[in-house]
Amino acid sequence: MLNQSLKLNTKIFDENPDKKSTRSGFGEGLVNAGSTNEDVVVLCADLTESTKVNLFAERFPNRFIQVGIAEQNLASVASGMAAMGKIPFIASYAMFSPGRNWEQIRTTICYNNQPVKIIGSHAGLSVGPDGGSHQALEDIALARVIPNMTVISPVDAIEAKKVAVACATTKEPTYIRLARNDTPIITTEETPFEIGKAQLIFVPEVGLAHVGIIATGPISYSAILAAKELEKQNIKIKVLNLSTIKPLDKNSIIALAKETKVIVTCEDHQANGGMGSAVAECLAGNYPVPIKFVGIKDQFGQSGTPEELAKHYKIDTSSIIEAVENILKKKIS
Amino acid sequence: MEILADEKIKELKDIANKIRISIVAMLYNAGSGHTAGALGMTDILTLLYFHILKHNPKDPFWKERDRLILSNGHTCPVLYTTMAYAGYFPKEELLTLRKFGSRLQGHPHREFINFIETSSGPLGEGLAQAVGMAIADKIDGNVHYIYAILSDGEHEEGSTWEAVMLANKEKLSNLIVIVDRNKIQIDGNTEVVMPLLDLKDKYESFGWFAQEVSGHDFWELNNAIYKAKIHREGPSVIITNTIPGKGVKEWENDYKWHGKVPNKKEAEMAINELSKNYA
Repeated sequence: MLNQSLKLNTKIFDENPDKKSTRSGFGEGLVNAGSTNEDVVVLCADLTESTKVNLFAERFPNRFIQVGIAEQNLASVASGMAAMGKIPFIASYAMFSPGRNWEQIRTTICYNNQPVKIIGSHAGLSVGPDGGSHQALEDIALARVIPNMTVISPVDAIEAKKVAVACATTKEPTYIRLARNDTPIITTEETPFEIGKAQLIFVPEVGLAHVGIIATGPISYSAILAAKELEKQNIKIKVLNLSTIKPLDKNSIIALAKETKVIVTCEDHQANGGMGSAVAECLAGNYPVPIKFVGIKDQFGQSGTPEELAKHYKIDTSSIIEAVENILKKKIS
Repeated sequence: MEILADEKIKELKDIANKIRISIVAMLYNAGSGHTAGALGMTDILTLLYFHILKHNPKDPFWKERDRLILSNGHTCPVLYTTMAYAGYFPKEELLTLRKFGSRLQGHPHREFINFIETSSGPLGEGLAQAVGMAIADKIDGNVHYIYAILSDGEHEEGSTWEAVMLANKEKLSNLIVIVDRNKIQIDGNTEVVMPLLDLKDKYESFGWFAQEVSGHDFWELNNAIYKAKIHREGPSVIITNTIPGKGVKEWENDYKWHGKVPNKKEAEMAINELSKNYA
């Protein structure tokens, strides 16, 4: 059942739950952040509307800088603005930022430890029809290996809105991973949010869970659908929403592993180097348990609807169910 | 701006000579690093720190200070030495260059020496940061000058030109770029490795106010900076023709000195030669 201490959306299991993209939620949050803090500035590399920073640009034209199709410049210019006291948010597609400009992000932003916030929109297979060249499946890995960087992948539009407001107040360089497509609203305005804090969004009605699922981003919806389905087979699941991938909420991850003894991780990203790898690094050193990684298996994407692609690359609800059933066989009780 | 009197020029030449001697000594002591560029840029940094910049070595974080970005971070021996002579930190510390635990990292790192404006080393990134600083300053009402020193070689990086375009678009009249046109890079002469042709022409075609002067003539350089400061229509660049290895005849204009340091004999010879300038 949904963990109602978090005041989640009770209509999430409806046939057609309310949907909105995380990029839209973040764009709205950015306007809120800009209203309360005049130091917030936004830079964009020719993708103003599709990254939803147009909302900020229309409201605060004097604090919006259009740099053209130049992602390397986008990162370094923002670093210079941060050095003068601004809090720059830079917007592009995840494929190009941090994809194209990784070294500028490392050297000018993270090595200088400047509070630049990197918005990587259109991340994951969910970009759909644009095809593999535009589907960033490596961005979590790229971002989380850089010292000083915070990495956040919001679960839904409402959480994304809170992330925008929260990271405008922090001093750390931060990567925020957003998706293009409309995805179910899991949280509500009342759901608490804190950077670095994972949340159990689905728990058994009674007793301990048999399997722990750790998910990041909108794919968490598929994880809770899987959990609900598995309940019918009397397999009890806890789903941990790991929005902040770095710094990692080790306590929550270890506590879950101690309870369930097996873990399944879910992400719309390469299984190599992503959120699941971060979880594995944590557990290997603290409380080793078998882990099943639901993610892309060392492949590039292709054109299709997000649903077709999730099925093909085995990151959909039935793939998560299958992963849970398989890992249960490895469980040493 | 103050006109450079003969007295002042003499004083600047004297400081620059001392800085060159310190650079040779610190590079010999470090055992690795970049010699030619540092010696070639000494006159430029001396003029900036001892005549042009609005700064306060006793209060390095002074809000009203001008900003100086050294984009070609490998030439940092000249930045460190000039800053030490200006009073930012003790000159004795110069001999710790590139040693474990030193604030003077092989390429500048703000985490170790927080009063430099930025970390640098990877080429083609300094101008963009300076452009960001100038945009921020423009939003705040143009109260500073932002200076950026670039090598000629880093104009081979496409990212430099992304920043050149944005500076023109934003009409950043508070931005003054100084290019160290010494025509050498690690693999050889710039015009052989990658012809840069006429950089002044290039900048002009991108909408900048461009000048070309000697990087060793204090009077000429000071005049060019003055003209750049009063140019209010957009960004300015000064292409300074410099002699890599300047001051040590045997090293001048030889690209092999780009990325190597003197041995004991060579260092003694160079310091001896530079010391003669006091005679």
